[in-house]
Amino acid sequence: MSRVLIVGEHDGRTLNQSTARCVACASAIAPAAMEVVILGGDTTTVAAQAATLAGVTAVLTVTGNDNGRAMAAFLAPQVATLADGYDYVLAPSTTFGKDLLPRVAALLGVPQLSDVMSVIGPRTFQRPIYAGNAIVTVEVPAGTKVVATVRGASFKPAGGGNAAPVRAVDASAPPPEHTRFIELRSGKSDRPDLQTARLVVSGGRGVGSAENFALLYRFAERLGAGVGASRAAVDAGFVPNDMQVGQTGKIIAPELYMAFGISGAIQHLTGIKDAGTIVAVNKDGEAPIFEIADIGLVGDLFEIIPEIEKRLR
Amino acid sequence: MQKIIVCLKRVVDYNVRIRVKPDGSGVITEGLKMSINPFDEIALEEALRIREQGKAQEVVLVSIGPDDAQQQLRTGLAMGADRAILVQTSAELEPLAAARVLRQIVSREQPGLVLLGKQAIDDDCNQTGQMLAALWNRPQATFASRLELDGTVATVTREVDAGLEVLEVDLPAVVTTDLRLNEPRYVKLPDIMKAKKKPIEILAIESLGVDVAPVLRVIRYEAPAARSRGVMVKNVDELVGALHDRGFLA
Repeated sequence: MSRVLIVGEHDGRTLNQSTARCVACASAIAPAAMEVVILGGDTTTVAAQAATLAGVTAVLTVTGNDNGRAMAAFLAPQVATLADGYDYVLAPSTTFGKDLLPRVAALLGVPQLSDVMSVIGPRTFQRPIYAGNAIVTVEVPAGTKVVATVRGASFKPAGGGNAAPVRAVDASAPPPEHTRFIELRSGKSDRPDLQTARLVVSGGRGVGSAENFALLYRFAERLGAGVGASRAAVDAGFVPNDMQVGQTGKIIAPELYMAFGISGAIQHLTGIKDAGTIVAVNKDGEAPIFEIADIGLVGDLFEIIPEIEKRLR
Repeated sequence: MQKIIVCLKRVVDYNVRIRVKPDGSGVITEGLKMSINPFDEIALEEALRIREQGKAQEVVLVSIGPDDAQQQLRTGLAMGADRAILVQTSAELEPLAAARVLRQIVSREQPGLVLLGKQAIDDDCNQTGQMLAALWNRPQATFASRLELDGTVATVTREVDAGLEVLEVDLPAVVTTDLRLNEPRYVKLPDIMKAKKKPIEILAIESLGVDVAPVLRVIRYEAPAARSRGVMVKNVDELVGALHDRGFLA
């Protein structure tokens, strides 16, 4: 019977929702054991959160000060050591998982699957290539450990209510001295996290300036929405990079995505195509975003947003 | 630092919209415009700037691919690289196989820095740099948007989901590039002429003695499920009405 190890992502306080999405993906494999490992400086709080996820059979903690910063060079040898007892090693396809898991796979001498978007069979998976313009179905041969990152937008987070046992394990490897953490400059705000928000308001080149983005922030606040942006808006310096939605930014699946002044380059559309409802507002009626929008309105976002706000109760 | 290695992958140009073969056996690439993977081009630009600041002596290109990949290496030489190595193979390599090949090249060339794109825009794997760093047992700094070198240490700003993370790594190291690291230069005609005289060494992949056999079995390719075009509304009242109908903004 197969055993799955999921590398949990967290910031020391909160388990990232991408982990619950990995658990959902792993459940589709129907394993005999599904364990989440939390590597961190202080793992108590986060491990307790992971233990509630439906389907998880155990939570393992690897605690050490060097694990407090999620650096691949530190974590990979530990995950590779733990991987011994498992048939599958999964991590979210976030910058955390993308950085870490290939290093783990190379240490294990096995290939890695990136961005698994569906589970076809216990060893057969689908993943996007060419910025999502093609989907490839890949089988991992029997006897080869499955090491894969999971595209969160493709899986609904696993539910709660579980109480899996938590146990500390020793996997600590000597920390390499060649890599040092300096700082994390966070663009974080009080707004809902882009990757987990139910509603997302997003702006593109058409917003015109960093100052004009204030209109979107205000609108998003009224709605309780997260705020995203196209690559064009990030490249133009209107907003920081962590707001970028698209193939090279964040791939998201909110229930409602409202795109203002975004033309809809392929790489942006790749980032939103799992969204429930897509609304597009753009001055250019020929903009490609209208090809995939559920509801489109041609017009000036600077007039339309205040008009929508007036109609909000 | 004596030497920087830059890895270049030949890929379908990013402006070309690819299509899946009707029989699902692959993606149609015949006759399409091919280019340097854009993230690798950014890696090359960064290497050239480092050399121009006097912090490296030589920029060496490495590509793994068919004979035609010499075209992309020539472009890279025209941008300013000093010489190139083509590890020749007609097979599509998995990232781990590519990393094993690069590991051999690194042993031979002993670079102070390996720069490559965070991912190739064909298979979108985002693995090779990290795997090379693991096999080499050296630091990795992925998704770089800023790179500063000071002696034997690199300070790298990484674009991560939570914002910007700064790491300090000892050289030699592997750095993978993100979009905002730089804007690659355009190639000028005289540089293209000059590049014709620069050497491209061709190595048969077999000569490296590494296992590059594919492990994963590709079953089929298909086009993604299309999102269908929805409705166009005429005004804000209709827009808000349509959203209410779907249970939003109510």
